[in-house]
Amino acid sequence: MTSLSSNTLSRWSTDELLCWSLRGIATIAGAIVILIVVFLIVEALSALQHVGLLRFFTDPSWHPAEGLYNLTPMLWGTLFAMTGSVLIATPLGILSAVFCHYYAPLILARPYRRLIELLAGIPSVVYGFWGLVVMVPLIAEIQPPGPSLLAGILILTIMILPTIALMADASLANVPQQYLRGAAALGLPRWATIRGVVFPAAKSGLFTGVILETGRAIGETMAILMVSGNVVQTPSSVFAPIRTLTANIALEMAYALGDHRAALFVSGLVLMAMIVALVVSAGWISRERMYG
Amino acid sequence: MAETLSRPQNPREWLALVLVWGAAGLVTAVFCWLLGDIVWHGLSHVSWTFLTAPPENAGRRGGIGPILVSTSLILGVCLSVSLPIGIGTAVLLAEFTSNHSLFGRMTRRSLDVLAGVPSIVFGLFGNAFFCKTLGLGFSILSGGLTLACMVLPILIRSTEEGFRAVPTSYRLSAAALGLSRTTTLVHLLLPAAVPGLLVGLVLGVGRAIAETAALIFTSGYVDRMPESLLDSGRALSIHIFDLSMNVSGGDANAYASALVLVIMLLAINGTVSWLAIYGLHRKIVAA
Amino acid sequence: MTPVEPITGSRLRHSLEDRPTGGAPQPFVEVDRLSLYYEGKPAFQDVTLSINKGCMTALVGPSGCGKTSFLTCLNRLTDLIAGCRVSGRITIDALAVLAPDTDVIQLRRRIGMIFQKPNPFPLTIRRNLEFPLREHGIRDRGQITQTMETTLRDVGLWDEVKNRLDSPALALSGGQQQRLCIARALALLPEVLLMDEPCSALDPLSGGVVEDLIVSLRGRYTVLIVTHNLAQARRIADHAALFWVQNGAGRLIEAGTAKQIFEEPRDPLTAAYVSGMRG
Repeated sequence: MTSLSSNTLSRWSTDELLCWSLRGIATIAGAIVILIVVFLIVEALSALQHVGLLRFFTDPSWHPAEGLYNLTPMLWGTLFAMTGSVLIATPLGILSAVFCHYYAPLILARPYRRLIELLAGIPSVVYGFWGLVVMVPLIAEIQPPGPSLLAGILILTIMILPTIALMADASLANVPQQYLRGAAALGLPRWATIRGVVFPAAKSGLFTGVILETGRAIGETMAILMVSGNVVQTPSSVFAPIRTLTANIALEMAYALGDHRAALFVSGLVLMAMIVALVVSAGWISRERMYG
Repeated sequence: MAETLSRPQNPREWLALVLVWGAAGLVTAVFCWLLGDIVWHGLSHVSWTFLTAPPENAGRRGGIGPILVSTSLILGVCLSVSLPIGIGTAVLLAEFTSNHSLFGRMTRRSLDVLAGVPSIVFGLFGNAFFCKTLGLGFSILSGGLTLACMVLPILIRSTEEGFRAVPTSYRLSAAALGLSRTTTLVHLLLPAAVPGLLVGLVLGVGRAIAETAALIFTSGYVDRMPESLLDSGRALSIHIFDLSMNVSGGDANAYASALVLVIMLLAINGTVSWLAIYGLHRKIVAA
Repeated sequence: MTPVEPITGSRLRHSLEDRPTGGAPQPFVEVDRLSLYYEGKPAFQDVTLSINKGCMTALVGPSGCGKTSFLTCLNRLTDLIAGCRVSGRITIDALAVLAPDTDVIQLRRRIGMIFQKPNPFPLTIRRNLEFPLREHGIRDRGQITQTMETTLRDVGLWDEVKNRLDSPALALSGGQQQRLCIARALALLPEVLLMDEPCSALDPLSGGVVEDLIVSLRGRYTVLIVTHNLAQARRIADHAALFWVQNGAGRLIEAGTAKQIFEEPRDPLTAAYVSGMRG
């Protein structure tokens, strides 16, 4: 076989070459996250050194021009908007999926699913625009000024609803048919079957859906910026305007310099930390599913 | 399931029935309201002139010609970078790495995180890395590269699915014939994985076109016709944002631009489902 | 097969020509204490077997006793399976198969394999045959066309497909697909053919056609054929080897000429199996 070696070697090295270049490419893809974190830290460093982490939470207010960097109002804004929208979107999304699987006649189920998919594809700026010109004036009639936490919660709800609805839809589809037949054989009515059999069986998929929608709610920028008024304050009611962390970055990045700019990167880091925590817990839940 | 179950008999079943139908009705109503509003107000302004003319008076009048050009250039940069990296990574993950290897696990985990990174954080990163560190400034190139990082996880995920859908028997019989892995990949696996790849491509395009936050401070606001990739260019979504937030009296053109954007995305969405059906059909024929 | 030019000149055939002809048949494939583990669990253990050149050897035994795994060791298809470990020694024509520096691509070219389920590529009939040939360095159109016709005639498919060589291979019937797969393997001029229950996924009629084809290959190739069908093994094989599961792993119970295995089995297990009392 020695006479084959030259041909052989070249052929082998094609495979090896391919494998190594693919590894190089994949390393680039995998390193982007690290690059992002590194750049956020590098840019945030000056603020962390000059201002110190603690002052981002203890300063009297957010007035970067005067060297005051309190992020807490924005953090509360993000948390309130996120909690409110997740609380409304989760039941709506899960009920949507239940509708598709167990209530809708076949002729409605498919168009309804397509509708949810379309809803998922509409860009956030369009939602924001619609919220600004349609929803905000309506809220202003109930309680001025209009741009408010409530508007933010409602627009976020519409935006994250498709995420939870599609996830729930997929996990309901994975519930084994024999469970349903078993429940039917016991004469259980429809909702009792869903509550007692379907939801427990689809639990981990539903949780993953909630985590994904939470991630979207935290990260959403444009739509919430357009409808929530952007006043830096801890909201006293749902009709008060708020500013979220993401909106703050988008609004001030254009003119921020020095420590102010660095402070915006600090809020980027805070967002990143929230997302990593969510992804890790999602991974943990799906591992549970593997063993459960 | 619906047929096999009789009418609800107790109050709780009735309540559930009402809630489920109510939820579905509410979602449908909001959707129709949103879409109807945009079509109703936007349709009368969309015309050929609107699509080709440059914006005038900060966008209050005129069209969106240069903005469509900038949008497609940003998209072009994004795809020409993300497609090779995305396909390469997907091939490696699906064909050349076992699911348990450290490298594969690390890459996958880091892509999962990347998929969750908020778009505004991509914007921060793009501004710091592409605009500042690499010195590309506010430009179409910076914007496209930032978007490339963003669509990569979607692209990789569905391309990988495409490869995993190819039956193992192809790989075994190719190996038994003494074909190299490169050959097997290029001639057999790649063509068979095309449906998955296309779905990923279309989803990525959809996400890139819809993006605003990552572009505000990477590709910039300038609404002139771009002359090179290093010029700043305004994407369609940023145009809508700017008209509605910063330009009073820009609502009419904002509606029209939103309608154009929504139509583009609906077309993309339709392509995905058509591809999914087509891919499935081919699989049935093959089996 | 004679009209076909050797694929890459003499080097593929040199092993054949160097071989002293005539005299007693000598071992062509030698397997020495071969074991295979999936994720640490043994599929089969300690198989020692030698196979003569040009022989048709049937591997028989109940399912799950490692016959198919055994075949995949011979052309190192096991490399593709994650978590699979092979120990022992395999020599084919003086080539150490399991040695790390063995060129598996050349090895697999010399060893054709036919799978249980016909698996033509999703290409046209012509491309199915042409593509592996091209990959192995044959670029000459005339030679490719010639090889294609010869091998298709060899498997009795030429008259059935000559007018539709450009239609998809997947449109052929199961039996035709399997014969195409055999033609695809033969086109590379292999010396050994591994067949993993080649007839069992086909209907009885096409199975019969494929079996006749396999019989026609007798003497021209060294064939190892896995089969569950004892009657078939009896009809076609010169030699037979019985695998059985013992202590959770497949083992080789007895090997010998087909006549001896089927008519005068030494091992009581073999006797029970061939008489239909067990397995």
